[in-house]
Amino acid sequence: MLRAWPVKRPRSKQRNETGMATMTKQKLVIIGNGMAPGRMLEHLFDQAKDAYDVTIFNAEPRVNYNRLMLSPVLSGEKSYEDIITHGDDWYAEHGVTLHKSARVSDIDRASKTVTSENGITVDYDKLVIATGSNPFIIPLPGKDLNGVLTYRDLDDVDEMLDAAKGGGRAVVIGGGLLGLEAAAGLKMQGMEVTVLHLMPTLMERQLDPAAGFLLEEEFKRRGIDVRIKANSHEIVDDGTGNVKGIRLDDGTEIEASIVVMAVGIRPSADLAKTAGLDVNRGVLVDDTMRTADPDIYALGECVEHNGQCYGLVAPLYEMAEVIADNLLGGASEYSGSVTATKLKVTGVDLYSAGDFAEGEDREEIVLRDACAGVYKRLVLKDNKIIGAVLYGETADGPWFFDLLKKQSDVSEMRETLIFGQAYQGGAPLDPTAAVAALPDDAEICGCNGVCKSKIVGAITDKGLTTLDDVRAHTKASASCGTCTGLVEQLMQVTLGDAYNPSAVTPMCGCTHLGHSDVRRLIKSKGLKTIPAVMQELEWTSSGGCAKCRPALNYYLVSDWPDEYADDYQSRFINERVHANIQKDGTYSVVPRMWGGMTSSKELRAIADVVEKFNIPAVKCTGGQRIDMLGIRKEDLPAVWADLGKAGFVSGQAYAKGLRTVKTCVGTDWCRFGTQDSTGLGIRIEKFMWGSWTPAKLKLAVSGCPRNCAEATCKDIGVVCVDSGFEIHFAGAAGLDIKGTEVLGLVKTEDEALEHIVALTQMYREQGHYLERIYKWAKRIGYDEIRRQIMDDRDKRKAYYDRFVFSQKFAQVDPWSERVSGKDKHEFKPMAVLTREAAE
Amino acid sequence: MNAELKNWVAIGDLTDIPREGARVVKTDAGCIAVFRTVDDEVFALDDRCPHKGGPLSQGIVHGTSVTCPLHNWVFDLATGLATGADEGAVPVTAAKVEGGKVLLAADDLARRSAT
Repeated sequence: MLRAWPVKRPRSKQRNETGMATMTKQKLVIIGNGMAPGRMLEHLFDQAKDAYDVTIFNAEPRVNYNRLMLSPVLSGEKSYEDIITHGDDWYAEHGVTLHKSARVSDIDRASKTVTSENGITVDYDKLVIATGSNPFIIPLPGKDLNGVLTYRDLDDVDEMLDAAKGGGRAVVIGGGLLGLEAAAGLKMQGMEVTVLHLMPTLMERQLDPAAGFLLEEEFKRRGIDVRIKANSHEIVDDGTGNVKGIRLDDGTEIEASIVVMAVGIRPSADLAKTAGLDVNRGVLVDDTMRTADPDIYALGECVEHNGQCYGLVAPLYEMAEVIADNLLGGASEYSGSVTATKLKVTGVDLYSAGDFAEGEDREEIVLRDACAGVYKRLVLKDNKIIGAVLYGETADGPWFFDLLKKQSDVSEMRETLIFGQAYQGGAPLDPTAAVAALPDDAEICGCNGVCKSKIVGAITDKGLTTLDDVRAHTKASASCGTCTGLVEQLMQVTLGDAYNPSAVTPMCGCTHLGHSDVRRLIKSKGLKTIPAVMQELEWTSSGGCAKCRPALNYYLVSDWPDEYADDYQSRFINERVHANIQKDGTYSVVPRMWGGMTSSKELRAIADVVEKFNIPAVKCTGGQRIDMLGIRKEDLPAVWADLGKAGFVSGQAYAKGLRTVKTCVGTDWCRFGTQDSTGLGIRIEKFMWGSWTPAKLKLAVSGCPRNCAEATCKDIGVVCVDSGFEIHFAGAAGLDIKGTEVLGLVKTEDEALEHIVALTQMYREQGHYLERIYKWAKRIGYDEIRRQIMDDRDKRKAYYDRFVFSQKFAQVDPWSERVSGKDKHEFKPMAVLTREAAE
Repeated sequence: MNAELKNWVAIGDLTDIPREGARVVKTDAGCIAVFRTVDDEVFALDDRCPHKGGPLSQGIVHGTSVTCPLHNWVFDLATGLATGADEGAVPVTAAKVEGGKVLLAADDLARRSAT
């Protein structure tokens, strides 16, 4: 895909009436891979899929993600995968060449080429500079120490998460939007946090002092140390080049293991400047978004338009649309943006828009409710709203913003204006009434500039029924997500009863959260008991149900192997009594036969047990084991005692856990065998028995590609070959039939074991309860699994180590425990009442 | 029937039953499942799901409900009625705890035996 042209090529300049190239495609090069260029390309491809050959240079080593969502990633409420907006597939599908980790160092306007630091040169017909912005670094002594971080991209977040693992205190310099989001996130990651803010109130650019004060109180209530009017003097060195703390102008010293600078951004315009383009604070553009060079556009945070630089997403998206249109021969113009701000800290509702300074020609309407922590202030001029600050209750934000942008006269509703839209004209208090009453062109999603009629139109025209569909088709609620409630209400209004918000597949009726959310929150919030999960994640039932309780129990066992006490009452009966319940209430018992091997002694013991307990049925299973069916519950401990004497342990044929490793006889006996498949199978089974997994886990090892152990339809399989061991995964031979995928080839038994164990642990940590490995793998992506297990040695080792650690607590034979008296209440009646006793 | 008039039969200690669990009491007229909720309330139902005869004592107890281990029917422990989309009822035996002892209503036991 890489095209570097050493010799200048003649370029097609012919155009037809629509402005499209008639011969070869024109070449569009984009420097920067942030949200604005991502959006621009979507507009471009929507209108003309094949107009340009597109090449993107990304200084970051990754695809495009939603930067607005960095705060939820930092706080642990989302993962990087959750916030990807354009994955590798998207680039492939649209024929876009993406150079990752390729920072452009030079634009040669004369030859119309750009060159990256790592030596890639590409020529362009049109160039878009979207280099974004850089965090402003205060020139304090100590600013270059290890542990001084900024907050702009995913690498910064990763560094902060790393630092948070070590605990200690984080000092955040800057009490604006970014600083406060960073502070809240670091606090949720378990660090002590101090926020230093130079001005007298927080977020003074977006909030008036009263709302700033409420915000400060909220942050203090969360245990975050907020210091206003605090001027940093020096970042203190611990003597080895690491941060030790920070000293303020007044001499105060605060110990800290990291210092995060979040005092603002500066447009990144150096590259444009070096290329000889006009640059002031940012890259100067005209209304068509062109720079001084008509073939070069600038887009996003690096831009200065009409004296304004923007750092919020909505204006950037407006610019993106203008450029996309102009690239296709249009004549769109950008006229600047009015912006509204929301703080993305869970549990803090805050909305601000417009200008809210006091002034003689201005009036204000204020509503305060101290108990509910609500503060609302509207600033009016000539009977029109020019500014709005809402704290604690922000549902009417879009309505006020709409009135502001349209310069609507509000004198008619002045008396009740502050109470919001639901109170105008005696409208009912149905929560959806406010949304229903919004005009068609009211903006619902500020990030993406999506108005009501577009959402309603998409729902009705395309038959959308889920929030994800609406996000996919309209982009509404797809960026910062704060308008999700509005979009859902709009779906409710439009679809009526046909809209089922729970179509986002919650775990069960007790919660609106899906499995992935619950698993993530268990880890990020450090929830270690079922009651804690239900309390913190706001379960709607008091004691859960038979669906969520076993799932939560598994997640906690898997995530906190040493700390969590397994809740047997949350386990399905089979796992509680370690046998399989049958249709008549009797049980079946399957002892473990390692790798499917057995002996005369074992068979004799089984025969004796069958006769002694009058067991009605004995059967060979598909996993090379022997199943004894029809055992009365009361007899189970005695049956196990006899089996135990012959050396048998539980075969866990009832478990959402490791079941069987099926093998063929391999090099021991078979004339075709290439490796000791039986030995490897036994080794794997002895290593992994007892582990709990999201759903049952069945393995097999075949000694040659003839595959007599049927390894290629197992959850995990090994096919031995002359050169080593081919590891397979994600097969199915039950409700679905599916051959396995190949994970990779390894040379030794040791490596085979390590890879299989690491894969299992990855599945244990990510799988949804009852989700078999093939479904999990499809959800995560086979390539991603290969990348983590085959290619990333450190990750593999870490998974392996975590599995080994958890096995310390899992490898206890449940049968011998019960023979020794554990849970004996399970196997005996509480009382026997004869007729006399009852009368 | 007025609960005050009932005679009660002690079947064991409350602590014999695990919280959010059940034990079985055998009678001539079939087994009774005695449930203990997370709040230490006790309930007694016939240990037989009206759907396919599943032993309710082996189900997961949640709130004041139990889910049958065979096909996941859910019953209200207080009324014995199936909840949700399923329809059916399990006979209830009145139960209570006094002084740490679990008691079943003799009248209900006698009625079961009579049928």
